[in-house]
Amino acid sequence: MTTLDLPVASVAEPRARFRDLVASEWLKLWSLRSTGWSLLLGAIVVVAFNFGTAWDHYRYFLQYDEASRAEFVANDMALWDAFTYNAALVLILSSAAMGAVAVVGEYGSGLIRTTFTAVPARGALMAAKVLVVTVVQAAFGAVVAGASFWSTQAMLSARDIGLPITHPGAARIVVASALLAPVCAVAGMAIGALLRRGANSVVGAVVLLLLLPAVLTDRRHLTAVLAHATPLHAWQRLADAGPPAEELFPWSAGGAWLVYALWTLGGAAVTVLAVRRRDQ
Amino acid sequence: MIEVRELTKRYGATTAVDALTFTVRPGRVTGFLGPNGSGKSTTLRMILGLHTPTSGSVTVAGRPFTDRPRGLRHVGALLDAGDAHGGRTARAHLAVLARSNRIPRSRVDEVLEEVGLAAAAGRRIGGFSLGMRQRLGIAGALLGDPPVLLFDEPLNGLDPEGVKWVRGLFRGLAAEGRTVFVSSHLMTEMEHTADELVVIGRGALIAAESLAEFAARGRRLSVTVGTPDRARLTELLLAEGAEVREEAGALTVTGLPAARVGELALEHRVLLDQLTTRTASLEEAFMELTADSVEYLAGDKR
Repeated sequence: MTTLDLPVASVAEPRARFRDLVASEWLKLWSLRSTGWSLLLGAIVVVAFNFGTAWDHYRYFLQYDEASRAEFVANDMALWDAFTYNAALVLILSSAAMGAVAVVGEYGSGLIRTTFTAVPARGALMAAKVLVVTVVQAAFGAVVAGASFWSTQAMLSARDIGLPITHPGAARIVVASALLAPVCAVAGMAIGALLRRGANSVVGAVVLLLLLPAVLTDRRHLTAVLAHATPLHAWQRLADAGPPAEELFPWSAGGAWLVYALWTLGGAAVTVLAVRRRDQ
Repeated sequence: MIEVRELTKRYGATTAVDALTFTVRPGRVTGFLGPNGSGKSTTLRMILGLHTPTSGSVTVAGRPFTDRPRGLRHVGALLDAGDAHGGRTARAHLAVLARSNRIPRSRVDEVLEEVGLAAAAGRRIGGFSLGMRQRLGIAGALLGDPPVLLFDEPLNGLDPEGVKWVRGLFRGLAAEGRTVFVSSHLMTEMEHTADELVVIGRGALIAAESLAEFAARGRRLSVTVGTPDRARLTELLLAEGAEVREEAGALTVTGLPAARVGELALEHRVLLDQLTTRTASLEEAFMELTADSVEYLAGDKR
């Protein structure tokens, strides 16, 4: 028969540390094969977009007339190839999707219940997840932006029109493009934490990060302000090479960096807070 | 020890769990029984703080489980065998859980060995059978060597050998002084496993008592009597206050023991050709108790 008064070993527990959660989330991310493949595929596509544009310029440069060539050099157009608008769109999409998947992947499989049972401190767990995704995406962005800059300028140097990283504005383009990845990944995580379903979250990310900035015109003050508050426009502001374009409502690079910072902090806050009180 | 007090959960107009109060004690296996949709899973999720109760409270070892920053050393739980990502290997899945709770990596291989998944440790969970996933879920519950263990329908998908193993495991865990709380919608699963039962229907408590008490409560004896002179015997039995039904050419008597039926027949010289005592099974007792509260009844009764 059962013995009712057997002593239950009192729980000897080491102190809870945030860094264990970070290590656990790191392991969680890399133990999925899809993580490595998504990063590799995303990197190849983004770099290919930039390299393709540079290759186009390399190939047809000799066919340009004298005035066009002079304009290319005067406007630092080589830097435009360092990270193109299309590449930025692809980077936004892939990073936001990877961020969303880091969260909704747990909901879709039901793993979230196992996770929150193992770690009832939900906020700390999500903070660790945000940290890991941010670091991985920052590294991903750095590799992609660095490889894009190096490969495009190397290609253009064959026509003597490539620019060094020390050229005014060049480093800013690389850094702004690199940071676009973590900014959008954290935004994707926030959308994932709010919507909790894979398909909804990807659609949500596309609407918020790609469609919305595209429809907001900078012809009126209000919509210009709203447009400037999106990561895509902030990136455009920072990646703008050559002489400043004429804008109805000009804004500073500092403002654009601030937009990056606010999206990251806001996204992280939403991700951490969204899970706190809800039934899982 | 799990203490559930007046626990209630409403989703809009639906009351999933209705003022449940019961205590699950250490050192024994407690079965948590109820028909499908009776609120078992919701209750388990509230114990783990995954769902917030509308009212009432639940504590594990005297504290709400959500007060613990890390859970695995306090409560081990298997809620649903599917609660894992199919893309990870069994070892990676457990390693992630272990790391978050500062449990040494070596413990992962120990529990994999214990549940019989050592050979499949490097395989991805997506390719696992339901039985293997159940074993993996049990391994996860054992990771932190916790004093309290919760299992939601752990026998689903297990082969007979697996069922036997799980029963032995539960008994062993209870014998070590742990609190073991196991839900099921089948009485037969609990019959050979549980010492105590908590029975609910439509979210409300029906019974919380030992298996023996529960068995006694539903154990209505009936006696099957065969005789050529059914009309005469029926008359005699009714006069003694028994209930008599005629079915398949024999009489089913309730309210009188077989010995008294035999005496009556002898006194009045009625020939008997059959006299058998039938005991209602635990399953029947369970069905009888929960009949009023079954959420989804099959058939055309209206």
